[in-house]
Amino acid sequence: MIEFVDVEKRFGDNIVLKDLNFQVTRGERVTLIGPSGSGKTTILRLVMTLEELTGGYIYIDGQPLTHENRDGKRVPVSKKQQKSLRTRIGMVFQQFNLFPNMTVLENIIEAPIHVLGRPKQDAVAKAHSLLEQVGLPDKANAHPTSLSGGQQQRVAIARALAMDPQILLLDEVTSALDPEVVGDVLGILREVADTTNVTMLIVTHEMGFARDVSHKVMMFDGGRVVEEGPPDKIFSNPSHERTQKFLSAVLGH
Amino acid sequence: MDFFEDWPDYFEVVINWSDRLLEGLWTTIQLTIFGGALAFVIAIVLGLLAGSSSLWLRGPARVIIEFFRGISLVVLLFLLLYVLPQLWMRNPDLPFEGLVRNTFLLAVIALGINYGAYGAEAVRASLTTVPKSQWEATTALSMSWPHKIRRVIFPQAWALMLPSLTNLWVHLLKGSAIAYIIPFVNDFTFELNNLRRPTDIWFSHAFIGLVVYFILALILTLFMQVLEARAKNKLGRGPSLREIFSPDPKTAPPDASLPDSPPDPKDMTGPGGGPKQPASGAGAQPGGIR
Repeated sequence: MIEFVDVEKRFGDNIVLKDLNFQVTRGERVTLIGPSGSGKTTILRLVMTLEELTGGYIYIDGQPLTHENRDGKRVPVSKKQQKSLRTRIGMVFQQFNLFPNMTVLENIIEAPIHVLGRPKQDAVAKAHSLLEQVGLPDKANAHPTSLSGGQQQRVAIARALAMDPQILLLDEVTSALDPEVVGDVLGILREVADTTNVTMLIVTHEMGFARDVSHKVMMFDGGRVVEEGPPDKIFSNPSHERTQKFLSAVLGH
Repeated sequence: MDFFEDWPDYFEVVINWSDRLLEGLWTTIQLTIFGGALAFVIAIVLGLLAGSSSLWLRGPARVIIEFFRGISLVVLLFLLLYVLPQLWMRNPDLPFEGLVRNTFLLAVIALGINYGAYGAEAVRASLTTVPKSQWEATTALSMSWPHKIRRVIFPQAWALMLPSLTNLWVHLLKGSAIAYIIPFVNDFTFELNNLRRPTDIWFSHAFIGLVVYFILALILTLFMQVLEARAKNKLGRGPSLREIFSPDPKTAPPDASLPDSPPDPKDMTGPGGGPKQPASGAGAQPGGIR
């Protein structure tokens, strides 16, 4: 479970998120939509601890991720606790971010072996089954640079899943892909959503995917939640004028 | 003597002196290898510290780098040779006196820290060229700092820092000539100075010295170019060493060489097999190396 309490994020004087409170329950799939610059990606990056939280608290399964409230004082949590919580979270990036100095297989098994301490043969077996799942069973020994964008992103998904995350963060995972392979990648993620109980926090411009996969959609603008609700309600019958405008712009009608 | 009239005599002198010249050459090679190894270690450590986001690590590293980069190698040698032993003279109880009296070791240390400070800049600069997104991916996989550096960041920076390190190593080789001023370190330049007496400075330094140092530098450069090609290939850029050294270059049009050229055994094991050998490439992934 993810819980945001009074979260504030500022870059210098620029406040990106303010007074943000929301919860994502276990197994829930939540899509964040909104114009660029509205702070959606920042939310994912805060959960992944890629950005420093400048105010408020984020709880993962009830435990503070970066800072805790101790007698009214905001104090940082131990590195150890942060690391143990972080291993429950996986992330897939817009630009794939595969390690070019490793083969596909090495990319996938590196962290399970050296971070989680899994036996190598287990990690390799799991990597092969994940590659099967993402439709690249024969690419284990290929080099990331020899793969197309869509293939790289599928490996990146396999790499994130190899850590058995409870929470999967998807940051515009199809935005850098050619249109004709977007469907393949989304299909794989749909299958992950259907067959596992992993909590997903999704930032995407693929409204069809958001509608199919998510339990809840949150519309952001200017660092605040404008509107939230089940996808059918948000997409068919948005109550807020800002949401209506945004959706008609991205859906093109 | 005059070289153009008496050149057989000149080379006879070289042969008579060859034992000492070879010993000097060996000393120069050892200075270059040990000094280079120490410089490499210092460059990595200082380079990583200087690239750290923590001021407490970055600050001292910067001071050390700037100090040893700015100080001349000769001054550094004098400090180590003549100032440092003063400490032991005043305090006879201090341990490791033998090390302070080992002039070869002091020469290696002087070369190591002087060129290591230069190398630290190359290491730091190439670490910064690894994209931030690679660091983020390691964080998303919960890798510890030493783990991400060793397995992801450094291997990518390695290919970029090698050309600078090659330069510095060749500099160090030539800089090691300053060791001739050190007592008991008879490097190649020291022996050239001896050779000069029965011959002349043109022959000893401008001919023998030039050729020998040039060949040594060439060997270093070629060795480092092999490392660089290997590092680039590991990152999926550039051909593998096997392809580079293959007698049958891959630049030939694939179809032209198919009917008449006999199969090269080296190609059978080559990554990807190459387009002109479909049978051998069947097991490997197509286009494995770009």
